[in-house]
Amino acid sequence: MKSEIILLGHGSGGKLSHELLDDLIVPILSGTEPRDQNDAAILARQQGRLAFTTDSYVVDPIFFPDGSIGSLAIYGTINDLAMTGAMPIAISVGLILEEGLAVNTLRTILEDMSAAAQKVGVRIMTGDTKVVPRNKADRIFVNTSGIGILLHDLEISGSNAQIGDKVLINGTIGDHGMAVMAHREGLALTSDITSDCAPLNSLVEELISGVGCRLHALRDPTRGGIATTLKEIAMQSEVEITLQENSLPVNPAVAGACAILGLDPLFVANEGKLLAFVAPDAAEQALAIMRKHEFGKASAVIGEVTSPNKGKVRLQTAIGGLRAIEMLAGEQLPRIC
Amino acid sequence: MRHQNEYRDPELACAQLQAIREAGKGLDRAVTLMEVCGTHTMSVYQHGIRSLLPEQVRLVSGPGCPVCVTPVDYVDHAVALARREATIIATFGDMVRVPGSSSSLLHEQARGATIKIVYSALDAVTLAEDNPASTVVFLGVGFETTAPTIAGAILTAANKNLHNFFVLCAHKTMPAPMAALAGDPDLQVDGYLCPAHVSAIIGAKAYQPLVDRFRVPCVITGFEPLDILQGVLMLVKQVVAGEARVENQYRRVVKAEGNQKARAILCRVFESCDARWRGIGNIPGSGLRLRDTYTRFDAARALPVEIEPVVEHPGCLCGEILKGKLRPADCPLFRTTCTPEEPVGACMVSSEGACAAEYKYGGQGLGAGC
Repeated sequence: MKSEIILLGHGSGGKLSHELLDDLIVPILSGTEPRDQNDAAILARQQGRLAFTTDSYVVDPIFFPDGSIGSLAIYGTINDLAMTGAMPIAISVGLILEEGLAVNTLRTILEDMSAAAQKVGVRIMTGDTKVVPRNKADRIFVNTSGIGILLHDLEISGSNAQIGDKVLINGTIGDHGMAVMAHREGLALTSDITSDCAPLNSLVEELISGVGCRLHALRDPTRGGIATTLKEIAMQSEVEITLQENSLPVNPAVAGACAILGLDPLFVANEGKLLAFVAPDAAEQALAIMRKHEFGKASAVIGEVTSPNKGKVRLQTAIGGLRAIEMLAGEQLPRIC
Repeated sequence: MRHQNEYRDPELACAQLQAIREAGKGLDRAVTLMEVCGTHTMSVYQHGIRSLLPEQVRLVSGPGCPVCVTPVDYVDHAVALARREATIIATFGDMVRVPGSSSSLLHEQARGATIKIVYSALDAVTLAEDNPASTVVFLGVGFETTAPTIAGAILTAANKNLHNFFVLCAHKTMPAPMAALAGDPDLQVDGYLCPAHVSAIIGAKAYQPLVDRFRVPCVITGFEPLDILQGVLMLVKQVVAGEARVENQYRRVVKAEGNQKARAILCRVFESCDARWRGIGNIPGSGLRLRDTYTRFDAARALPVEIEPVVEHPGCLCGEILKGKLRPADCPLFRTTCTPEEPVGACMVSSEGACAAEYKYGGQGLGAGC
């Protein structure tokens, strides 16, 4: 690449576009030789049901402790696939770049994407790049879509939570939202908070092979935090969920930052967490599987499905009080993913 | 944050509750205890404290949320300033969504105004330094807890000889509204849980005139669940004994004299004035305005704008809710017309507002025990 910054011409489809693709994007993301490049990628015939998802990423800042918009865009879409029990087989990357973005910044983001895809073992099969004039976008926006294959016949769905199910989480809540917030606002008090941004596909794979049909529902509590996700599942499954505040894993630094800023960690975003609803007789086994996994060391049982009281989520507070949990209303923190 | 868990210890909470129940046996009627601090409001809801208290101890939320008590015309004034050319409005986040008569700062931002959310008034001074061609107006809303930092920001701006930094002042002070409510015949307040951080500035002694005049028990109380339970216990004991005293539950932070350094800086920049409180009206000596030396920083004087006539939603009961006369669920707009996404009144906007807290955490009729 001759230019050190992205120019409008890099999105024109002409010579500069080819230079950007050939010198930077393709070598880092896919390595596909020019003679194999076509308008669409061809996937091999698959045995089994397919899952398909898409998500766009506009996080500010684009680099944050333990992650960037690049790793987030890959893991976020992988995790959406994983929550249906699907293993990723292909991913696409759409980039919207703001004129003037430093090429080195783009390179770092692409390298993060590539490393994330390699960690998961998924190929970036197709993509697109557009450039918009200065001030028409904020440096870089990313869209990723993913296709996954379901290697099981289970019905893992937000509408499948059943009375008696235990609710498990694979670690501390609110880390991503607070890491982004702290980094964006330069809050010195939160130096030891890092994003939990991580791929959850292998954890899900192990859960499925361990507890099988006793795994009823999975969801990753991203924007809106675990409160919003649990409320969604309570409504979809028409049940009541009761959480135990004492069992909720919260990093003390996150709890402290939340207390100071007046935020509730239940509503703060996660990017490497899943909520699993499992039959009571499988809870212990599921917990053991999760705790053994790289991304589940601090897993805990945080509550259970208590009654057919449609769509209610309640929290038994640490001091023994009971309160309702509602969905996040408005935005607690803007542009966290 | 260190020590947070100690103040949420379930066994200690249980012991406090037993003590409250025991003390409550001496009551010959139900008592109404009012907290006057947005952080108390949130904590009471967040920890489900109402669900734990015996029936004859009723906790109500008073006018303790600074955003909620700010009158509509102040928002209209801020909106008018936001529409000025080359003007940056710097504000704490909660003010952005408060509806004015026909607009809000959030709507003005969508129409092209520059609204910056800051975490400290000093950030607004930096903003003015960094944007010399713009006029920066900081929205000075809050009680004695925030006012000294804004006084500090004004002194900093004066030292730096900045001519593009202004404050639109609507500061309020305690305990004047507590006296106004204590004297309200429609509302029987049997005791006040006095605000924690405001008291750290004004000191425990500040409540003595209120106690002397209205014989209403006052207990300065911290924010954690055990603080609040202990504060409630101290108030119930006073009521049962027929006493009215100032007690300090939050001794680890609040001193009798308060924070004299903060008060000195406050006094240097601001002087007392009458102020209008949303839902309560004018309360003499309950506000702060800039002293003559600093009026050049007063946005209301220095930046004349045309402000639209005030239009309030006729059904909005924020005023009654702020006075503790009604609970959020008593308002016909609650959860129907008025939601956090489309708030009608300020109590639904601020995260510390009683309506927002009730919306988020639900009513407290869930029943629980230890």
